[in-house]
Amino acid sequence: MRLYNTNIKNFDWIAVVLYSLLLIVGWTNLYAANFDPEIPVFFDTDKEYFKQLVWIGLSVVLIWLISLTDSKFFVEFAYIIFGFSLFLLLFVLFFGKEVNGAKAWLEIGPVRLQPAEITKFAVSLSVARAMSRFGFSFTKRFHVGKLLLIILIPILLIFLQNDTGSALVYFVFVFVFYREGLNPVIMVIGFITAVVTILTLLFSTITIVIILGACLVLFLLANKHANTLIKSVIIALIVFASLYLIKQYFNSSLSYIKIAFFTIASVTVFLIYQGFKLRAKSLFLGVGVLWLALSFSLTADYFFNNILSDYQLTRVQVLFGIKEDPLGAGYNVNQSKIAIGSGGVIGKGFLQGTQTKGNFVPEQSTDFIFCTVGEEWGFIGTSVVVLLFVLLLLRLIVLSERQHSDFSRIYGYSVIFIIFFHFVINIGMTIGLAPVIGIPLPLFSYGGSSLWGFTLLLFTFLKLDTNRAELIR
Amino acid sequence: MDAINNRSILIRGLIVLIGIIFLIKLYSIQVRDSSYKFSAESNTQRVVIQYPSRGLIFDRQGKLLVSNQAVYDIMVVPREIEPFDTIDFAFALGITVDELKWYFDEMHRNLKKNKISSYRPSVFIKQVSSLQYGILQEKLYKFKGFFVQRRTLRMYEYPNAAHIFGYINEVSEKMIKNDSYYVQGDYAGITGIEETYETILRGKKGAKVVLVDVHGREKGAFRNGRYDTAAVVGQNITLTLDIELQQYGEKLMCNKIGSIVAIEPATGEILALVSSPAYNPSLLIGRVRSDNYQKLSEDSLKPLFNRPLQALYPPGSTFKLLNALIGLQEGVISEQFEVSCFMGYHGGGWSVGCHSHKSPLKLAPSIQHSCNAYYTVVFRKILDNPEYSSIKEAFDKWKTYLVDFGLGYKLGVDFSNENRGFVPNSAYYNKVYNNVWNSVTVRSLGIGQGELLLTPLQMANMCAAIGNRGFYYTPHILKDVNNKKEYVPKQYKTKHDTGIDTTYFNPVIEGMELAIWGTDGGTARVAQIKDISICGKTGTAENPHGEDHSIFIAFAPKYNPKIAIAVYVENAGFGSTYAAPIASLLVERYLKGGVNPNRKYLEERMYNANLLNVTPKRD
Ligand SMILES: [Zn+2]
Repeated sequence: MRLYNTNIKNFDWIAVVLYSLLLIVGWTNLYAANFDPEIPVFFDTDKEYFKQLVWIGLSVVLIWLISLTDSKFFVEFAYIIFGFSLFLLLFVLFFGKEVNGAKAWLEIGPVRLQPAEITKFAVSLSVARAMSRFGFSFTKRFHVGKLLLIILIPILLIFLQNDTGSALVYFVFVFVFYREGLNPVIMVIGFITAVVTILTLLFSTITIVIILGACLVLFLLANKHANTLIKSVIIALIVFASLYLIKQYFNSSLSYIKIAFFTIASVTVFLIYQGFKLRAKSLFLGVGVLWLALSFSLTADYFFNNILSDYQLTRVQVLFGIKEDPLGAGYNVNQSKIAIGSGGVIGKGFLQGTQTKGNFVPEQSTDFIFCTVGEEWGFIGTSVVVLLFVLLLLRLIVLSERQHSDFSRIYGYSVIFIIFFHFVINIGMTIGLAPVIGIPLPLFSYGGSSLWGFTLLLFTFLKLDTNRAELIR
Repeated sequence: MDAINNRSILIRGLIVLIGIIFLIKLYSIQVRDSSYKFSAESNTQRVVIQYPSRGLIFDRQGKLLVSNQAVYDIMVVPREIEPFDTIDFAFALGITVDELKWYFDEMHRNLKKNKISSYRPSVFIKQVSSLQYGILQEKLYKFKGFFVQRRTLRMYEYPNAAHIFGYINEVSEKMIKNDSYYVQGDYAGITGIEETYETILRGKKGAKVVLVDVHGREKGAFRNGRYDTAAVVGQNITLTLDIELQQYGEKLMCNKIGSIVAIEPATGEILALVSSPAYNPSLLIGRVRSDNYQKLSEDSLKPLFNRPLQALYPPGSTFKLLNALIGLQEGVISEQFEVSCFMGYHGGGWSVGCHSHKSPLKLAPSIQHSCNAYYTVVFRKILDNPEYSSIKEAFDKWKTYLVDFGLGYKLGVDFSNENRGFVPNSAYYNKVYNNVWNSVTVRSLGIGQGELLLTPLQMANMCAAIGNRGFYYTPHILKDVNNKKEYVPKQYKTKHDTGIDTTYFNPVIEGMELAIWGTDGGTARVAQIKDISICGKTGTAENPHGEDHSIFIAFAPKYNPKIAIAVYVENAGFGSTYAAPIASLLVERYLKGGVNPNRKYLEERMYNANLLNVTPKRD
C-alpha cells in the first residue's frame, strides 16, 4: 500500500463540503421528523435519529478506510466485489428477511442491511472496469454482451426480491454509456420503446396509431417534405373514405382495425415510392420507425393483456402511476404535497411541522423525508436542498472529466447518474412529478445501508480522484 | 473528443434542467398555490373507520338470539380542541360537568403517557347510546376537535346461553400482533362462539376518507370517495342450539351448581349446553362490562367457569356401561355372564360394597341395579385377559377403547376452552405404584371412581355413541353460515367409530331401559316419560369436599335416538334425586314440546330446590 496517499485532505474539498452539508441538513430533518412535540425530550436514544447518528459515525470510519485503500484495489477487485455482491443478493433471496413485501434484507443481530445498496457500488466498478479495457467498443458484440450481463443479472435478482424500485436504478447506466460514446439513436429507440410501452398501458391501440400518425406528420414537416405530407394525407383520406363507404353499404364485416391497417399500408407504399423517387433516406427511416413502434405497441398490448397476470399488470400500472391503489400511492402523494405546500416561503420553522408529525405523511423519515424539509423550511429550504444536489452533481461531472484514466471517469459518471436517479425520482415523487417508487433520498433518508452505500460510492470516486493524474487500470 | 465533451455539457444541462423544473414546481406548490396551506390548516382529510355490524346468531329453529345495537364513540383530536362551553357539552353528553372533567383529565394523562396522539383521533368517551347521540348531534359543531364514530354492540334477545355466546372485548396487544386485521381499539370475540367464529362474524372494516373543515366538520367525501372502502357486514350463523331447551335447562338448574349437555346423536349437534350458575349475557356488553365482569369473576360460585366443557368429575356408575361394552368386545364376558352379590362382594384380601338387590345378576340386570360387584369382576377380567402378555398391555388396550369413545382428549367442539379430561395409562400406574400393581389395585376404575376424570360434554358424547350403537359425530354447535352448510368444518361431518360391534350394545341398552322401566326395581324410575322409550343410567361422583355429585345420562327414544343428555348436579347426592328428573324433564320437553301435567310437581320441585347452601359432609 502506498501510504502517502492515505491523507484525507487530498479529497476534493468542494465535494466533501457539499456531502457534509447534505448530511447535516438531512440529519436535522430526520431529527425533526422523529421529534415528538408531545414529549419534547431533547435526545432519545431509542429514536431513529440517534441510530442514524451512529451510522453517520460509522460512515466516517468507512471514509477513513477508503482513504487507506490503494486506488488500484478498486480496479483489480472490481469483479470480485461484483461476485460477492451477487452472492449476497442470492443469499437474501433465500434467507433474507421480508420488509414491506420486499425480501431484500439481511438481518445480523440488531442490524438490518440491504445488499442491493452495495450492488450499486459493485456494478459501477465492474462497468468501469469492463469499459476501460483497451480496445473497448460498443460495436463489438462481446463487449456489449459483457456489459449487459453485468447490469442485467443484478436487475433480475433484485426484481426477484420484489424490490422494483432498487432494480430500476440500474437503467441509468444507459446514460453512462451515452457519455462514453453510445450512439444516441439507440437511446432514442430505447426511449421510444419505453414511451410506447407506457402509452400502451394508458391508451388503446387506436389512440397510439393516431399519436404515431401525428409524429409522422411532425417528422415529415421537420424534414421539409410538406409536399409529400399533403399527398400522403390525401391518399389516406381517399383510402379511408372509400373503405368506410364500402363498410357502410356493402360489406359490414370490415372492422375499423382493418380500415386503419389498409390506410396505413397505402400511405406506407406511397412513402416508399416517394423515398425512391426523391432519393430521401429519411422517408424510409420515418416509415421504419412508424412500423416498428406500431408492431411493438401491438406486441406489448398482447403481452400486457394475455401474458401478465392481473396482479402483475396492476403492479406495473401502479409503478408507473397509471393506476392508483386505494389509499396507497395517490393518497400518499396528496398528503406529501399538502405537507410541502403548507411550508410556504419560509416554512413553519424547525420542529414546528404538523403534517410530517401526525403520521399524515407516510414513511416520513425514509421515502418522504423531503416533506419535512418542505414543511419546516419552506421554499427557501427546498431550493437549498435542490441546489446542493445540483451543485454536488455538477462538481462530480467536473471531477469526472478531469480524470486521466477511463476507469475513474466511467466510475465517476456511474456515481453521478445513480445519485441523479435517486434525486429525480425521490423528490419528483414527493411533489407529484414522478411515479411513487420507494427509493431513498441520498444522505437524507433514514437507513444505514443507504447512507453507507452512497458514502461508499462517492468516496471511492473521491479516492480515485486523488490519483487523477495517474493511469489507473 | 469534441462530440464527447458536448455530451458532458448536455448532461450538465439535463441536471440543471431537472433542478429548474423542481424549483418551478416547488415554487408553484409552496408559494403560488395557497390551497395546500389551507388544506394543512384544516387537517384536510380524516380517515373514518367504518365498523361493520357483526353477523347475527340464530338458533336451530331460526329464532334470533343475538343482534346488534348502534352506539357512538365520541372521538377527539386533542390538538384541535378550542375553548367551549363545558356545561353545554356535559349536557349534550348526558353527564355531569365533574364527569366531563374526569374524561379530560384522563385524556391528558393518556397524552402524557404517550398512549394517544394529539394529532390523531382517539376515543374520548366510549359507547354513547343512540338516544344521547340524537341530542349531541345537533350541537357537535360547537365543540371543535370532537367527532363521532358509529360502532355496534351486541344485543341479546334472551337472557340465556351466555357461556355459549361468550363475550366481546377490545383486542389485546397479542391479538394485534398475530392478526394484522386488528388495530388498537378494535373489538373481537374473546370467548365462546364469538371467539371461535370471529372471522366469520366480524365482517370487514371499511374506511371512509372525508374532508374536514377548520371547525372539524365533515365536508363530504374526499375525491368523491375514490379512496373509500365499504365495510362488509359479518356473516350470520345458525347454531344447533334449541334456545327453548336451553332456557328450560337453565331454569331447572336454578340455584344449583352443575351442567347439562344435550346432543342429537345422529349428527353430534349440541341442543343445549347449560353451565350453572348462569348469568345474563347482557351484563357483559357496553360500558357496564368491566364492572360486571369484575363482580362475576369474584363470585365464589364461579359463574364464568364453563362447567360442561371445563369441569372434571369422575363418571361414577355411568361408566359401568363402557366396561360392559369393552368386556363384551374383548370376549371376556357374554351377556349371560353372572356374578353373585350380597350387599357386596368379597375376594381374596379385598371387597367391594353394594346395595341390596337380587342375586346372581346377568349383564342387563347388573346395569339395571348398578351392581358394583359385577363391574369390579368384569374390569378385573378385562385386565387379567390371558390374550395379553401383561396387565400393562391389557390396560392400555382398555384405554384405547376409552379414547375411541372420545375420552381423555379434547373432542374438538367449537369452543377453545374445552378440557381434555384425564384417562390414566399403564405408565401412570407404573409411576404411582412403582411398577407393582394389579387388577385389584385399580379395581375402582371398574365402577367409574378413582383417577378417571371426564367433562360433562364427554359424558354426553359417550351416551350419544351408545344410543347410536357404536359411532358418534364430534359435538358441535355451528349449524350453518348464511344458511349454507358448506362452512361447517369438515371435522364435524366425520363419523367416528368406537370399535365396539353393534350387537354388543343390545344387552347394555336393555339394561339402561330396565334402569328406568324395570318392574322389579330400577335406579331411575323417576325418569319415566309417558310413551317415550327413554334409556338411562344414574351415577354418583364421589366428592371428597362435600355431598356427592348427582349424575344422570340418558337417550331417547330407544331406537334412532333424537336426544342424548348428560346432567351433573353438584352436591346433590344420588343420581336419581336431581340429575335424573332434570334430564327426564328436558327430554320430555324436547320430544313432546311440553311437560305432562302430572309431572308438574316434579318440575316445581326442581325449580325450588336450592342446593347452594348444602352443609358440607363431615369426613
Ligand atoms: Zn351388587
